Amino acid sequence: MKFLVCIAQTPDTTAKVSFDGDGKAYNSTGVQFIMNPYDEWYALVRACELRETLGGAVTAINVGPATNETTIRKALAIGADEAVRIDAEPSGSAFVARQIAAYAEDKGFDLIFLGKETIDYNGAEVGAMLAEYLDLPFVPLASKLELAGSSATVERDIEGGVEVLECNLPLVVSASKGMAEQRIPNMRGIMMARTKPLQVVQPVDFEEPVEAVRFTLPPVKAGVKLVDPEQMDELVRLLHEEAKVL
Amino acid sequence: MVLVYAETPNGQLKKAAFEAVSYGKKVAALLGQPCAAITLGTVAAKAGELGKYGAEKVYNIANEQLNHLDSQVAATVMANAAAQLNATVVVLSHSSTGKAIAGRLAVRLNAGLVSGVNSLPELQNGALHVKKSVFSGKAIAEYAISTPVKILSLMGNAIRPEATGAAVDVEALNIEVPTGRINVKSLKTIEGRVPLPEAEIVVSAGRGMKDPSNWGIVEDLAEVLDATTACSRPVADSDWRPHHEHVGQTGIAIRPNLYIAIGISGAIQHLAGVNNSKVIVVINKDPEAPFFKAADYGVVGDLFDVVPRLTESIKKFKASN
Ligand SMILES: Cc1cc2nc3c(=O)[nH]c(=O)nc-3n(C[C@H](O)[C@H](O)[C@H](O)COP(=O)(O)OP(=O)(O)OC[C@H]3O[C@@H](n4cnc5c(N)ncnc54)[C@H](O)[C@@H]3O)c2cc1C
Repeated sequence: MKFLVCIAQTPDTTAKVSFDGDGKAYNSTGVQFIMNPYDEWYALVRACELRETLGGAVTAINVGPATNETTIRKALAIGADEAVRIDAEPSGSAFVARQIAAYAEDKGFDLIFLGKETIDYNGAEVGAMLAEYLDLPFVPLASKLELAGSSATVERDIEGGVEVLECNLPLVVSASKGMAEQRIPNMRGIMMARTKPLQVVQPVDFEEPVEAVRFTLPPVKAGVKLVDPEQMDELVRLLHEEAKVL
Repeated sequence: MVLVYAETPNGQLKKAAFEAVSYGKKVAALLGQPCAAITLGTVAAKAGELGKYGAEKVYNIANEQLNHLDSQVAATVMANAAAQLNATVVVLSHSSTGKAIAGRLAVRLNAGLVSGVNSLPELQNGALHVKKSVFSGKAIAEYAISTPVKILSLMGNAIRPEATGAAVDVEALNIEVPTGRINVKSLKTIEGRVPLPEAEIVVSAGRGMKDPSNWGIVEDLAEVLDATTACSRPVADSDWRPHHEHVGQTGIAIRPNLYIAIGISGAIQHLAGVNNSKVIVVINKDPEAPFFKAADYGVVGDLFDVVPRLTESIKKFKASN
């Protein structure tokens, strides 16, 4: 069984968000970068679990500059067998999907995993685009996935419920909470990661159709209005008359 | 034209569809184009009602294969519909359905896609400029799309649906439906209130509750407010509450009109999922709890005291209004 896991690098969950002078680009000075949690905790770990029971290999793929290699090595430490880095700035969802599709096209992957979205640009776009480029079925927001032969049974989160579906491989799946439990890489994993193959691939020509014009910070809240715990009628009045939410 | 994909889960029209059509109508007005809505599959609801929200035409492709979502099938059908109707903009909801289709449609139509938009676009030199919340609510991004066809998916609760027009007749659209590869076996619905992403009022509680047996006061408050309940991650992780209630960076992101946080410290990963709420009320006994910095209204006090009192005050208010 051949698994491909798409991993993105994002600022750490607690990183301060700021942008350079004209709001064109994220200011990464002093920022710690991590593997996007949905990719790491859910997609990558599930792929490794399935490989452990069914055999095969897990390939982790990232579109990004050489500085992303620390994150890529972490994927190898967690359990991926090999990694691929497509040497380009990930300028947008379509660009990233196109690059991964170009790599995956002729490799015969059975199951392609991604996280449900990245915690920085929150697009939830790459999975569907990649599936379309590869002409494969796509199941987003999957919280459970079991394989029996070449058939996958997947549960996915929908508004107000869970949908259970079946699909033959190959398949593209985006993972949400429930798919697996976070794994902390152990010493052996970290040592082994150093010698696992990390291949660098040149990007294909593709122009990202969406332009990021500028980033701004949301308006700061006016500050909290404290209400005496004995005065809940007053809180209700404020919510009704001032905030107009009751 | 602006073509809006109006979702019909179980054949019904929900708020997401009304929001998407209301939004599509405004985009159409900006571009000086007509707005049409399209529904897929068997629709039990009166889809013509979408006319009230601004759809000048409502189309339906009544093929049973479309009753369950297969993103390949839906995207193929939508791409053909968009081409047949000369759509310049396609609007979808940023929902579990929209997330399955929007990206595929973008590839098929060579269109620029911005997903999760939360305000009306502007037109600048022929490009559509749209905004969305990024970095889990910590920043706002403005994107420009200048491809001939543009795709937008709309964040839930971002705009209020406005019914100002009249219902229209539903027209059948004749488009071939390919055979899908996904077989939907069953649907487990969560009993109870409005699903979290759609809820206008959310009552959420954290570890400050001490024990799962204490949740009665949270449920009572939710009941009087007709609110949906949510929780912090450790609460879901220790199985005090079902995992679908978990909000935040690793759970789900919501943007209700009113978010009431009870005994939740307000860690940055929790805020990431809720800080787009219009109004936030925090109840916490620790005046230094970080959540107060993100709150509009705060009550420093013991939740076991404050919450029942708030419930009583709301009951009184509801009885007299
Ligand atoms: C990568 C990552 C992702 C994460 N994702 C999420 C996520 O998606 N969602 C999430 O929620 N967390 C997430 N977390 C965890 C997060 O950092 C916090 O640990 C968590 O939100 C804390 O939950 P809590 O506020 O319920 O508990 P605590 O932090 O323990 O807070 C309990 C609060 O209750 C108050 N309290 C106690 N007793 C009373 C009382 N009697 N009356 C009033 N107040 C009282 C206390 O003052 C305290 O502020 C994530 C963490 C990481 C590292």
